[in-house]
Amino acid sequence: MATETLTRPRVGRRARPGRARRAHPTPAGLGLLAPFVVLYLLFLVGPIAYLAVMSLFNTSLVRPGLGGFAGLGNYAEALTSSEFWSSLWHTVLFTIMTTPPLVVLALALAILTNRLARGRWFFRLVFFAPYVIPSSVMALIWVWIYTPDFGLYSSWLSSLGIAAPSWLGDPNWALASIALGTIWWTLGFNFVLYLAGLQEIPRELYEAAAIDGGGPWQQIRRITIPMLGRTTTLVAVLQVITSLKVFDQMYIMTQGGPDFSTRSAVQYIFESGFTNYRVGYASAASMLLFLVILAVSVGWFSLVRRAERGV
Amino acid sequence: MAEDFTRRRLLQSAALASAGAFGLTGCGSYLATGFAGSRPPPRTVTYWDLFTGGDGGRMGEMEDAFRKRRPEIDLRTATFLWGDPYYTKLSLAILGDQPPDLAVSHATRVTGYARADLLQPLAADDLARHGLTADRFSRAAWEASHVDGTLYAIPLDTHPWVLYYNTEICERAGLLDSDGILTSLDGPDEFADAMHRVKEATGGWGGMLAININTPSTFRFFYTLYSQLGGQLLADEGRRVVLDEEKAVRALSYGRRLTVEEGLMPADVDYEGAVALFASGKAGFYIQGEWEVTTFTEAKLPFSMVPFPNVFGGPYVVEADSHAFVLPRFRNPDPRRTDAALTVARGLLDESLTWAEGGHVPVWQPVQRSEAYRSLDPQSNYAAAVDNAVYHPPAWYSGSGSLLEIHVGSAVASVLAGQATPEAAVARMGRALQRLAETPSPL
Repeated sequence: MATETLTRPRVGRRARPGRARRAHPTPAGLGLLAPFVVLYLLFLVGPIAYLAVMSLFNTSLVRPGLGGFAGLGNYAEALTSSEFWSSLWHTVLFTIMTTPPLVVLALALAILTNRLARGRWFFRLVFFAPYVIPSSVMALIWVWIYTPDFGLYSSWLSSLGIAAPSWLGDPNWALASIALGTIWWTLGFNFVLYLAGLQEIPRELYEAAAIDGGGPWQQIRRITIPMLGRTTTLVAVLQVITSLKVFDQMYIMTQGGPDFSTRSAVQYIFESGFTNYRVGYASAASMLLFLVILAVSVGWFSLVRRAERGV
Repeated sequence: MAEDFTRRRLLQSAALASAGAFGLTGCGSYLATGFAGSRPPPRTVTYWDLFTGGDGGRMGEMEDAFRKRRPEIDLRTATFLWGDPYYTKLSLAILGDQPPDLAVSHATRVTGYARADLLQPLAADDLARHGLTADRFSRAAWEASHVDGTLYAIPLDTHPWVLYYNTEICERAGLLDSDGILTSLDGPDEFADAMHRVKEATGGWGGMLAININTPSTFRFFYTLYSQLGGQLLADEGRRVVLDEEKAVRALSYGRRLTVEEGLMPADVDYEGAVALFASGKAGFYIQGEWEVTTFTEAKLPFSMVPFPNVFGGPYVVEADSHAFVLPRFRNPDPRRTDAALTVARGLLDESLTWAEGGHVPVWQPVQRSEAYRSLDPQSNYAAAVDNAVYHPPAWYSGSGSLLEIHVGSAVASVLAGQATPEAAVARMGRALQRLAETPSPL
């Protein structure tokens, strides 16, 4: 009985009769599209093309022109550089550390908040509030929390008789410490997406389930989570992309240290290009990061899509 | 009529009122600067520096004193975070032709900036009009401001690596002579023994060194010890690595002895932590550049300072750098602006005594030779150390906050924190330097 009720309505996907009829763009359509297309070409496609060209030259930031032709030399240098690989690995590791908690915790908190009878606005505000603060403020707060000896966490742990690790100072802990701060900081965005998703689940499903004798846990597992499938896809994809682009909180909290253990791929590119003036090399490195993000997103999307169709 | 009170009317009067306000306060030219990118009038001098903390406060005092003496110059200042953030911003501003008229740079960064054509060369007669002549600067700092025979910077100070000591704790440890001055700690065992005695006296630590996330500190600590052994890092403008592995291992082993082996210094303290622990009397020694004087004076700590000991007993050398004024290059230089910027530089040099109170050794001779400076205690105790200063070796990747400092400093920190052996760290250092040396220079 319950499974029948749960087949997802697929209205949005099939009902698009008008699409094939209007194959030729009208002037009005093009005109409406223009503001977006112009900006897109000017600030995204153009720079990416320029980046691709620069990555083939020994371009220097402080010298005019593209500099000497390097062929694929910059790519070869990046692919054989242990620094490039280690910073890319830090980015990937950070993504692995942050994405599952940011999806699962956001879902759990959204469900809990949504079940509250009163004071719901308060919890919505509380969980969303950290997302509003800028990265520099988030970094300051967490640097204070992580201060060795007299920081918040260290004093809590030492009052329990546990020796606190050097959160940001130990290469084995630094990345995890930043990941923890980041989870607190960015959870709100996913939380709000889930809250919105929860509002769209028809009440009748829960009523029917209650009549059939389904408990709260069963309702969450059989109704809420499946009905939020689309939201989860969106949240997970956005989260993976955001995590792969991590830069600011790491740069502010540890400057990539200690011992390069928190230097992300973006920071490596920034340093190569702007601090060390090697724009050609930095372009090659960012092309490689671009390919990684593209591959991960496409792979992830198709995986999730397939799983969705299988439901 | 009701139409008299339309929204358009209201907006018009608001626009008029604001235009009037700007006209009255003379903000029009700044509006033009902001919106049209035109340059402010030549009596306005924009000045960027990288001084925060105690240095920032003192530079602010010097700027205020200058404004009072030369009210005809409109000095506008901005401070950015030391290291990469500052230098990246400065070079990008120059490349975008929106630089400040005057900026601060470390002497070790001037060569790279000059080679990248980011700085205005300074003409002797322009300088002479402001009384800025070679004979009024310390010779070493003046010479370090030249690149290939051309002057690119006006030095402000020299800042050597020093040893701070808590006078009360050191007295209890029996390390002060009858005049209350620290006895000589030259020699590897002498320095370690003194730390042991201080550790007993404090019941906490012997000394403090910022090891965590502070590659400049670990680099300077290592570079001082390694240079005292006669070691060198780079040759041929950074195209060749001349790392002496045996000497580097010796220097690192000594650092390791002080931290993880004998527990005289904490292995996991960061910059702020080291300052806080020394200021609260948890340690008797503090190893750092001389710029934390203000912090400890304000904490009312009984302390003094001496040059960093000659640990390995060879000819005495110590790591140092200098702050200097530079004039960023404009695409269309304006002699009137250059002149105004030099007026500011001269004016700030005249305030060198305020600067010296913050710990830095002034290079402006009228102040350095003055009685007022010589009677500064403890700031003048280590003035002689600047004659034995070793700077970063020249290379496109060297200088304050540079790749050289980050790579070497990280390897050193891994030894001091007990995460790597000296041999492994030296091998790593050698590989990193070799890679940098082989990279074609972007300058």
